[in-house]
Amino acid sequence: MTLPSRKIYAVVDNNVVVEMKGISISFPGVKALDSVDFTLREGEIHSLLGENGAGKSTLIKALTGVYAIDSGSIQVLGVERRFANTADAQSAGIATVYQEINLCSNLSVGENVMLGHEVRGPFGIDWKATHAKASTYLNELGLHIEPRSPLSSHSLAIQQLVAISRAVVVDCRLLILDEPTSSLDRSEVEQLFAVMRRLKDRNVAILFVSHFLDQVFEISDRMTILRNGQLEGEYLVGAINRSTLISKMLGRELAELDLIGRAATRAIDRSGAPVLKVLGLGRKGSIEPVDLEVYDGEVLGLAGLLGSGRTELARIIYGADRADSGRVEVRGVPAHLSSPQQSAHHRIAFSSEDRREEGIIGDLTVAENLVLAVQAKRGWLQKVPRAQQQSIIDEYMVALGIKPNNPNALIRNLSGGNQQKVLLARWLATSPQLLILDEPTRGIDIGAKAEVQQLVARLAEDGMGVIFISSELDEVLRVSQRIAVLRDHRKVAEIDNAADVGVSSLVELIAKEGAA
Amino acid sequence: MSQTNVAAPTPTAGPATKRPPRLRIRTSWVPVLAAVAILIIMFLAAQLYFGRFLTPRLLSSLLVDNAYLMVLAAGMTFVILSGGIDLSVGAVMAFTGMLAAKLLLIGVPVAVVIPTMLAAGAVSGLIIGIMVQYFDVQPFIASLAGMFLARGLCFVVSLEAIQVKDPTVLGLQSTKLGDFEWYLTPTGIIALVVIAIAAWVLGYTRFGRTVYAIGGNVHSARLMGLPVARSKVLVYVISGICAGIAGLLFTSYTAAGYSLNGIGTELDTIAAVVIGGTLLTGGSGYALGSLIGVLVYGVIKVSITFLGADSSWTRITIGVLLLAFVVVQRLIVRRANRH
Amino acid sequence: MTRIFKHRLIWPIAALVALIVLNSISRPSFLSITITRGQLYGSLIDILRDSAPLMLVALGMALVIATRGIDLSVGAQMAISGSVALTIIADSKTPNSLGTVVVAILAGVAITLVFGLWNGFLVAVVGIQPIIATLVLMLAGRGIALLITGGFITTITSTPYAVLSQGHVLGFPVAFLVSAIAIAIVTVLVRRTALGVLTEAVGINPSASRLAGVRSRGIVWSLYGLSGLLAGMAGILYSSNIMAADANNAGINIELDAILAVVLGGTSLAGGKFTLAGTVIGVFIIQTLTSTITFLGVPPAVTPVFKAVVVIIVCLSQSQRMRGWISGLRPPKRLVVTTPNETPIATNRTTA
Repeated sequence: MTLPSRKIYAVVDNNVVVEMKGISISFPGVKALDSVDFTLREGEIHSLLGENGAGKSTLIKALTGVYAIDSGSIQVLGVERRFANTADAQSAGIATVYQEINLCSNLSVGENVMLGHEVRGPFGIDWKATHAKASTYLNELGLHIEPRSPLSSHSLAIQQLVAISRAVVVDCRLLILDEPTSSLDRSEVEQLFAVMRRLKDRNVAILFVSHFLDQVFEISDRMTILRNGQLEGEYLVGAINRSTLISKMLGRELAELDLIGRAATRAIDRSGAPVLKVLGLGRKGSIEPVDLEVYDGEVLGLAGLLGSGRTELARIIYGADRADSGRVEVRGVPAHLSSPQQSAHHRIAFSSEDRREEGIIGDLTVAENLVLAVQAKRGWLQKVPRAQQQSIIDEYMVALGIKPNNPNALIRNLSGGNQQKVLLARWLATSPQLLILDEPTRGIDIGAKAEVQQLVARLAEDGMGVIFISSELDEVLRVSQRIAVLRDHRKVAEIDNAADVGVSSLVELIAKEGAA
Repeated sequence: MSQTNVAAPTPTAGPATKRPPRLRIRTSWVPVLAAVAILIIMFLAAQLYFGRFLTPRLLSSLLVDNAYLMVLAAGMTFVILSGGIDLSVGAVMAFTGMLAAKLLLIGVPVAVVIPTMLAAGAVSGLIIGIMVQYFDVQPFIASLAGMFLARGLCFVVSLEAIQVKDPTVLGLQSTKLGDFEWYLTPTGIIALVVIAIAAWVLGYTRFGRTVYAIGGNVHSARLMGLPVARSKVLVYVISGICAGIAGLLFTSYTAAGYSLNGIGTELDTIAAVVIGGTLLTGGSGYALGSLIGVLVYGVIKVSITFLGADSSWTRITIGVLLLAFVVVQRLIVRRANRH
Repeated sequence: MTRIFKHRLIWPIAALVALIVLNSISRPSFLSITITRGQLYGSLIDILRDSAPLMLVALGMALVIATRGIDLSVGAQMAISGSVALTIIADSKTPNSLGTVVVAILAGVAITLVFGLWNGFLVAVVGIQPIIATLVLMLAGRGIALLITGGFITTITSTPYAVLSQGHVLGFPVAFLVSAIAIAIVTVLVRRTALGVLTEAVGINPSASRLAGVRSRGIVWSLYGLSGLLAGMAGILYSSNIMAADANNAGINIELDAILAVVLGGTSLAGGKFTLAGTVIGVFIIQTLTSTITFLGVPPAVTPVFKAVVVIIVCLSQSQRMRGWISGLRPPKRLVVTTPNETPIATNRTTA
């Protein structure tokens, strides 16, 4: 690894651009940020790190005026600021480029750079001058593209850079790059980094968020780690190694992580046909071809950081997204799983990581949500008889300990953990042979977490095949018999969860450098 | 129009260009060109079929007879570009016409009446815009309420048709400039001027570009710090003012204010704008295209009269054309998304 | 007591009751129902009878709206079904035979069912926005109806056909009974099967429903078909009332009234939860309002002003900002206020 060590020390004493002190933000039931301090200096690239729910997004949104802060202070160049909206933050010199590029793809590149700042002549906008000026800005960042070309004709990488050029137009002091590299290939990332370095030389502070640790180590001068809404620490890039970083993000010392108990490793009978066999299944841009097998009674854990392709893989197996290569066998018979209905027909169930957008039907009751998958399978004409509905509800409300024990409550009023249990129950009621769980324990409290883990273990013991995805490695270790490790959109290892496997060995596999 | 400068790639493109710019047309002009092609094909087909179709008189009347629709389409273009819709235009046109007829009848000078018409249109647009922007009412519903209100107010003004005798108003239509064959009335000139202004505003002002940005991606437009709220209200005000102007033209055309004028005109307007190449989801389209769309509508109407066919074929043909354009637009958008 | 006030139908019912009270104060005869030769007569009965076409249309509209859609073509479809039925009767040698009339009605309704399915195809399969997909038929539909009638207002004399609007059975107007049967059938259809709950699921959260295996395409498609079918029946009732097929005026603006009835009844235009009972009440409110305005001597043509006021009040009362003002609070501070068709900025809060 090449550490630009000279630069690191150069930025230590640079002028402070933004100083956030004691920032707290809470949402109903969640403390998203708990008195976090955060400092950005001129000419530094500062990475913000943390797993899901750590508070990265919230912090950025506080900095860009999307969320109001409950307490704390934000100083920009020594002046205390209160942002009521995004325009306030922009006028203070804070520009943001989001993962989902916030430009207008219906307009030209030049227009996107110059929108709201067009050069005007006596007859309105002087397009020639406007495009020429846009060109200058683009050139400054080493982008040699035709400003009159439609934005949509360019790759995402170029669009990303155009968005950054726009930030230069508004003369920003701080540039926030939120996951800018998630859909870029290596050479595009290089191009982006070149632009970032140019801006850095112009004394712009850059806040960089990425799930790719290689990139973080390559480009950053400094990093701040958040966990569960709290500040874990601020480090110079040379002062911390990758494994330490991961354990800080996950919140435990490696040694301590290894001590956590786990379900007794069971022997899985792999003599028959696997319940699911996946061969070369992939989709361009989201996951490279993968082989997997899941047997009856087996929990296959998918370990990897966010953005490693674990969710994409799960969605493709289930048919929520279409695969563009590979095939699938269910119990040794070739199967075509290109829609949720087909998967349901093969008794394969999937619970999405996005509980709110892709799980619950918020305005329906717990009972209606619970019966939904069974009902969908039967079609609308054959309503599940009342008695059968009642027995499903009675059985699962009690078996999963759903609280409040009121099937007529609207599901959106339940806590996250209980919503998750209802969603699990929704699928269990269809008696699946394979259950795919994507982050089933995210954002729910410790008690509910343990219950969900126990439930998964019990289901597998009773013979169900499970694919279990979690960013909490100890959780994966606790429930899985086999573990597939994903990194950068590909499967990099598959191991038996033997007694000598611990979080540290998983971290090693996830963090392994240069193997790609 | 001057608008072409924006879209057509000039050979001397950006100084930064490394490879020579290819000669190609921006995709947003494709539907407009398709409309032009359809218009030309219809002209030729009609000429071949009827023998004497492409006469100066007919072409002149095509412009003059549809002047009010052009003005409405110009306003509607703003609204649809911003991603909204305005169903109130036909009713507001009828209401302002009615109001003008009444005011003229009781002796209010025409110099007061015409600004009053525009103001009435603007106020109705303002109400709709505020409902849409500040009270989160869907544009469809808000403009529907505006339509109900204007239509009802027509009858409050008068249940009967009111004849207009004011020479200024009538003169807008009856004054024929030009020789006997080629002619243009002040109403036609007003319509063309409105289209030209609309094209200029959309192409050459920051407000115009903001409208495109909002229609393209309102979320992005907001994050880019553009004045989204103000612009969204303003497009409805513009549409309202255009409805007021259209009211004037229509009153001059029919020489009367009548409450049932312009029923269904909002649909004709939307159809003309869409046929003229404006994407209903917003963000893509041109005022010039809407002019073409209105002409296509006019030619269909005239051809059907020439054929002696039932006038109901006009609506059917428009409906089929609208469907064809929407499906094509849908396919274009789908392909763009796949990229 | 608080439970009653929280019931979602309380406000529509209160509005209806208020209208009725207002009417009965200003004209005491309003509530009186007389029985002549075993048939019921009176203002209330008139309202029941006159509301029938709107009732049919509004039932279909409620279901379409629940899927996050809208059907603008219902008025045009009414014109089509009326034209088809009356043309068949007019061309028949036996306009008074029950068989002719039944065939005519079935043909009229069948053709709008096909048109409804066409709408559903455009929305569910081609993926065109519902407003536009149905706008096409709204535009072309009246033209089609005019073609069927040959551009004239077809008038007929047919005793069995006239029964639909003039006749009484068990003392009640036939038109009302038709709408009552439609209410019953639709209610059974959506609540006895799983159609209702699956429709709501699709309307509330399409992506979650899809992942749960719900076949939303088929559901949306068939609901547009149902809406067409009901509009067709409404067109039959309307044409029976005037014994003429008036392609230009049959069901004019009824799509707006239907949308209004659905919204008044407490179903959100954003889709999701719907209430048929509320829709029925909404229809009665509109019909009573129309009747009241007529009674007050206001020209019926001015009715739209009152409807506009009602629409504005209802929409404003549903808006966040207005609710914030009313309860003396500002809008929730971090919920960035956006219109429904925009992506709110503050959605994925947990995604770090």
